[in-house]
Amino acid sequence: MATTAETFQAHGDAHDHAHDHDHKPGFFARWFMSTNHKDIGTLYLIFAIVAGIIGGAVSGLMRLELEQPGIQYLTIWATWFDGKPAEMNAALHLWNVLITAHGLIMVFFMVMPAMIGGFGNWFVPLMIGAPDMAFPRMNNISFWLTVAGFCSLMFSAFVPGDTSGYGAGIGWTAYAPLATYGSSGPAVDFAIFSLHLAGAGSIMGAINFITTIFNMRAPGMTLHKMPLFVWSMLVTAFLLLLSLPVLAAAITMLLTDRNFGTTFFDASGGGDPVLYQHPFWVFGHPEVYIMILPGFGIISQIISTFSKKPVFGYLGMAYAMVAIGVVGFIVWAHHMYTTGLSVNTKMYFTAATMVIAVPTGIKIFSWLATMWGGSVSFKAPMVWAMGFIFLFTVGGVTGVVLSNGGIDDNLQDTYYVVAHFHYVLSLGAVTALFAGFYYWFPKMSGRMYSELLAQVHFWIFFVGVNLIFFPMHFLGMQGMPRLYPDYPAAFEHWNQVATTGYMIMAVSTLIFFVNIAYSFVAGRKAEGNYWGEGATTLEWTLSSPPPFHQFETLPVIEDAAHH
Amino acid sequence: MASASLQNRNRRVGAYALLGALAMLGLGYASVPLYRLFCQVTGFNGTTQRATDADAAQTKVSPITVSVRFDGNLDRNMPWDFKPLQVTQTVHLGARSLAAYSARNLSDQPITGRASFNVEPDTAGKYFKKIECFCFTEQTLQPGQEVRMPVSYYVDPAILDDPDGKDIEQITLSYTFHEDRTVAQAASKPLDQAANPR
Repeated sequence: MATTAETFQAHGDAHDHAHDHDHKPGFFARWFMSTNHKDIGTLYLIFAIVAGIIGGAVSGLMRLELEQPGIQYLTIWATWFDGKPAEMNAALHLWNVLITAHGLIMVFFMVMPAMIGGFGNWFVPLMIGAPDMAFPRMNNISFWLTVAGFCSLMFSAFVPGDTSGYGAGIGWTAYAPLATYGSSGPAVDFAIFSLHLAGAGSIMGAINFITTIFNMRAPGMTLHKMPLFVWSMLVTAFLLLLSLPVLAAAITMLLTDRNFGTTFFDASGGGDPVLYQHPFWVFGHPEVYIMILPGFGIISQIISTFSKKPVFGYLGMAYAMVAIGVVGFIVWAHHMYTTGLSVNTKMYFTAATMVIAVPTGIKIFSWLATMWGGSVSFKAPMVWAMGFIFLFTVGGVTGVVLSNGGIDDNLQDTYYVVAHFHYVLSLGAVTALFAGFYYWFPKMSGRMYSELLAQVHFWIFFVGVNLIFFPMHFLGMQGMPRLYPDYPAAFEHWNQVATTGYMIMAVSTLIFFVNIAYSFVAGRKAEGNYWGEGATTLEWTLSSPPPFHQFETLPVIEDAAHH
Repeated sequence: MASASLQNRNRRVGAYALLGALAMLGLGYASVPLYRLFCQVTGFNGTTQRATDADAAQTKVSPITVSVRFDGNLDRNMPWDFKPLQVTQTVHLGARSLAAYSARNLSDQPITGRASFNVEPDTAGKYFKKIECFCFTEQTLQPGQEVRMPVSYYVDPAILDDPDGKDIEQITLSYTFHEDRTVAQAASKPLDQAANPR
């Protein structure tokens, strides 16, 4: 080890002597041992796109099966997957595996790496005028832990999950007793272990962001002058730091219940299966804000840039995110209304949950007020951002409906809930990701994309996702339960519409990849500030792409320069 | 390169953040005993209370009566027969009463069971006091063995002072017997060792 370290140091010295400002290490050292926040951000984005393709394909399989009542494909897939003629049990187990894979991949390996690891790594140091993250080496470990976690989850598909087939069929929530003595195979251990790895990576990332934002801001950039995207990452990092350890505790208890004879969640040993749901949702509710807050930050930057105005109510916007983060920790039991909570407890959680609509409303109205009277240009990122506001608001409104303990008794575990959380996540968070991608892609790659394709991508995507998820409100109101591969014929019509919507959405995703390919092959070179006067944050003072090492002389923020 | 003082500040903030994460990990584990304690103290969700003989002796008997209904259930795959020996009892508030269940092991192996318990309505949990109960400990039945399992309890007259409790006319006491898997594993170990002497 010692020799290796010396070799590396010698290497570093040589570079210093050369004084080559932009000299990059060789391919392997650059991408596999990277400590550069921009390279790690790029790795995260590529990883998230790969994981998103896999997770999206899994949801395509599920939509295909749900197109008609009855089981059409699952038995065939299970036969192919298990390598032996499948019985109905195996087919149903495969369904659970698909649901689990879709949930875990999209939450932990698509949205989180893209939002936090990708855009966070790329733009937090740039926006606060820092040369890099506070702990570059730890940044690298965070990324590779996430990859290792993903590999562990993928590997779980090839070992038995329970007696009926391969893979972990425990849902992304991994409730006991299904995830303890309900699923005997090692696949569940691998799935849980993948959460440990990804969680450890995210906690390290959170420590890194908090330290970077507190200590490495350029001279003159006070907390109250930070761009809102940095504020959103700061709040997100705190949520990660405080919620993921609780998940780690809960799933470690699951592991010891499974393998070492403890009975935390087993009534036969004096435990309680409902106990698992408490720590899980103490993590799980902040987790949904972890997924959407960076999106809020991205949208704030975009709306301000394309309205050529500073964001309306900057401090209110920043502290609304802090408020959402704080209140997000004390509303967890609204995911558990039907576990036998008393009326008083439900009353508290209903009221506390509804309170979150207030800071969220502040954000929505401030975005609208930013556009109001602004010189708005409808470039692709702006169109995506406005789509976000609409879709997220629809999801937010159904969230207020579901926050009622009494109404939730009726709607829990129906497609109404599926519609709600896909409107805020699949449509909200993913739309924010695409908005951010079009906003910053030329900055990251140095190439402009095709504006036409980006607009076409938006409109087809918008129609597709609404066709998938809006009818699910109707299905849920009519009582169609979620998580099943089959349903009565009465629900067929809207399920067909949803599956058609999926195909439209898939086409739009193809356009996205064509657009990326286009920009690399034939895209115009991007200037430093290709959005013009509205783009005022520090990343626009640099070239596109920014130099390998930036801000070796720290920028100084003048008093009137920001907000 | 970051200056030495910045590196020190970074390490300090990083260490505080790590400490925060470790504290939350600890809190996650602490939730197990805290949850139990919370249920026991508040009678949350129908968790019944434990009382001593002395508590029972000090409690005044009220002329008002309440009906107690008994319910017995078995976990899936639990090869016992388990039922209450009386359907209901009408008891005076504060008066110590005795009820019994019967349990029989239908399998050909000794089985250790543990009963989980609850009362309905939930608000009565705080006032349902058990002095002795078969559910306090685990119970082992030999193959075919049948036993009577007593529970000694009283309903605290303080229920009359609770706006949510004063109108309760019937309280259901429910038990579910689970096979204690930890005991089953421990019991099977000596047999394995006997079969493979080293």
